[in-house]
Amino acid sequence: MQLPPALHARLVAGPGSAEPLPVERDPAAGAAPFRFAARLVRFPREHEFFEDGDVQRHLYLQDVLTQVAEAPERPRVPEFACQVAGCCQVFDTLEDYEHHYHTQHRNTCSFCKRAFPSGHLLDIHILEWHDSLFQILSQRQDMYQCLVEGCTEKFKTSKDRKDHLVRRHLYPADFRFDRPKEGRGPATPTASLQVSAGAPGDNGKQSEGDAMEVCSEHTLPPTEPTGERRACSRRIPPTICFGHGASRGFKSSKKRNKHQ
Amino acid sequence: MWNRRQGRLRPVGCGVEELRRRRREREAALRKARREQQLVSKRLLRDDTPEEAESGCMDLILGEAEIQQFLWSAQRGTEEKEREGALASLRRGLQRPETQQTFIRLEGSMRTLVGLLTSNQALLQLEAARCLHELSHSEQSAVAEACLPATSYLLTYLSGHSSDFIELCLYTLGNLIVESEAVRSKLLPQGIVPALAACIQSPHQTVLEALGYALSQLLQAKEAPEKIIPSVLGSTLPQHMLQLLQPGPKLNPGVAVEFAWCLHYIICSQVNNALLITHGALSTLGLLLLDLAGAVQRSEDAGLELLVCPVLRCLSNLLTEPAVDAVGGQMELRDERIVASLFILLQFFLQKQPSLLPEGLWLLNNLTANSPSFCTSLLSLDLIEPLLQLLPVSNVVSVLVLTVLCNVAEKGPAYCWHLWPGPLLSSLLDTLAFSDTEVVGQTLELLQLLFLYRPETAQAFLQQSGLQALKRHEEEAQLQDRVHALQQTALHG
Repeated sequence: MQLPPALHARLVAGPGSAEPLPVERDPAAGAAPFRFAARLVRFPREHEFFEDGDVQRHLYLQDVLTQVAEAPERPRVPEFACQVAGCCQVFDTLEDYEHHYHTQHRNTCSFCKRAFPSGHLLDIHILEWHDSLFQILSQRQDMYQCLVEGCTEKFKTSKDRKDHLVRRHLYPADFRFDRPKEGRGPATPTASLQVSAGAPGDNGKQSEGDAMEVCSEHTLPPTEPTGERRACSRRIPPTICFGHGASRGFKSSKKRNKHQ
Repeated sequence: MWNRRQGRLRPVGCGVEELRRRRREREAALRKARREQQLVSKRLLRDDTPEEAESGCMDLILGEAEIQQFLWSAQRGTEEKEREGALASLRRGLQRPETQQTFIRLEGSMRTLVGLLTSNQALLQLEAARCLHELSHSEQSAVAEACLPATSYLLTYLSGHSSDFIELCLYTLGNLIVESEAVRSKLLPQGIVPALAACIQSPHQTVLEALGYALSQLLQAKEAPEKIIPSVLGSTLPQHMLQLLQPGPKLNPGVAVEFAWCLHYIICSQVNNALLITHGALSTLGLLLLDLAGAVQRSEDAGLELLVCPVLRCLSNLLTEPAVDAVGGQMELRDERIVASLFILLQFFLQKQPSLLPEGLWLLNNLTANSPSFCTSLLSLDLIEPLLQLLPVSNVVSVLVLTVLCNVAEKGPAYCWHLWPGPLLSSLLDTLAFSDTEVVGQTLELLQLLFLYRPETAQAFLQQSGLQALKRHEEEAQLQDRVHALQQTALHG
């Protein structure tokens, strides 16, 4: 297809439109037996007109189309440690560190050291767990907000909110970022602390708290140690901390394993 | 460029012929699926490190005991590396459908995986997410649906900050979305639309591309026009989508492709296109088209047809909206550079992807049908002859070319004056030799307009054995009345 050379220049030049030639229609145009009429055409989604383009799109999605792309290698760097106080994880790629930081330190509650997946959930947590004004107000009005972004409902109790999450938003009943706070102080272990053997609270890292723990009831072959650990956790009051930044009520997993 | 993992997915030791054969097979399967309205595709994001690829332990079918062992080690291992390694081994095993089946049948396995996904051990989380991703990619519904317990968490993590992790969650969600209406009807109340609307503000291109993919899958759903598109239109997503399609140095082709397809699914569903027009969709898409033509001119056009196609569709469909006139006529699109761009793209299609020519010509029809200005541009920019060069490509293309020419001719004598003398008449005599009824029919329509507005054409027609060309079709039911009428006009004026 030969395009006139001036066309390329036209594209580069500024915007503009042609002064339209005068339009002058004769009624005989398109009169029977002829039938042409200039008309806009629209195609709905499933129309076969779109078949070829749709197929190309899906070939692309399936990665069959060959493209010139080389995946960038993740550069390895000399091992370095996380600089956050009490955390001694080491990394050899920046991406790993980035993920660690965002997961464990970025949205961490400065009061109780629980880590949350987002600023949104952290804000709600601080409000509901560490704000005494909240406690007072919640006795008089609905203060527990729905966790789903975009939902503006509020509830009298956290149980009501949980019911709403389950019924309206089809959330799991044991959604891990919605631990109920019972009693006046920080959560008591009975309700919320469910720790499995693998809970990574070792080596004095930042306490993960309840928010992001692996639930023990989900382990595979149920074993004695689980039960034992649960019993252990109940015996130790939540307010006792072994060392700064350590998980509440637990020593390192190394010590735990010794009990097995 | 876009698909940064592309290079790794090509099977090793595969010849070019083998690749072509596979592609043809896939293409045939996709066509069949589309005709049955079952066109779904999942995207697999596999990022095997070179060590793993070499160690040869990919493609491992794992048995029940091994899966249990890996899960157990992941949960309770003492060393972090050991735990991550166990999950990585599980993940490699899950690349195989057999392992996937075994996994989902194992009691408690998904709960454990979800537990690992929500642990605060970052790298363990990532590996767990990769396992989920493998499962989500399965073509077997049972396997994909087994991932449902994880969705509320995947959505929650979209508000996080770790871009790799979010990307993975998005691709996993995207795969689950296409699985079934049942899955989608669970994701919608879980707040997927607000979650995506929050996430689209991410500055990371990889996250945006993944988000566009997931959203495009959501919008492609059968029930989308009634159940999904209204809430998408009611969110801040449309404005952000259009922003991501703004041409300029910041335009990322991989991201733009996804959102262009999102827009296409919204627009062709005709839910509320007026809203998109008020957000400036016509202007953005028009400028983008100019930009893409520029890229073709500079030969920076690798894979560009993937982006041009949905842009053309969006523009063509939007032009049919009454709201266009309400917004001061085709104001944003009076710029004749649009026509120039379109021809550059048509030429590009002719070389790279001829099957997309009809879509380009569709836009040209919608641009010229009611626009004396654009019809004049076709003439003043000397675009009639290039248009004629497309006639032999296919019947569908011929009909569209002839329709566009009719759009020009029907505007009256001033327009037809420019159509003859010139190459048009002999091209029409050629198309009269076609056997396709629709092509010939459209030729007859154009001839009538030419004879009417530029009578000299009739003379020339006669002199070039036009009558003989017409005679061929005298018996054809759909054509005979018009053939007869033209014969009369040519002979008697």
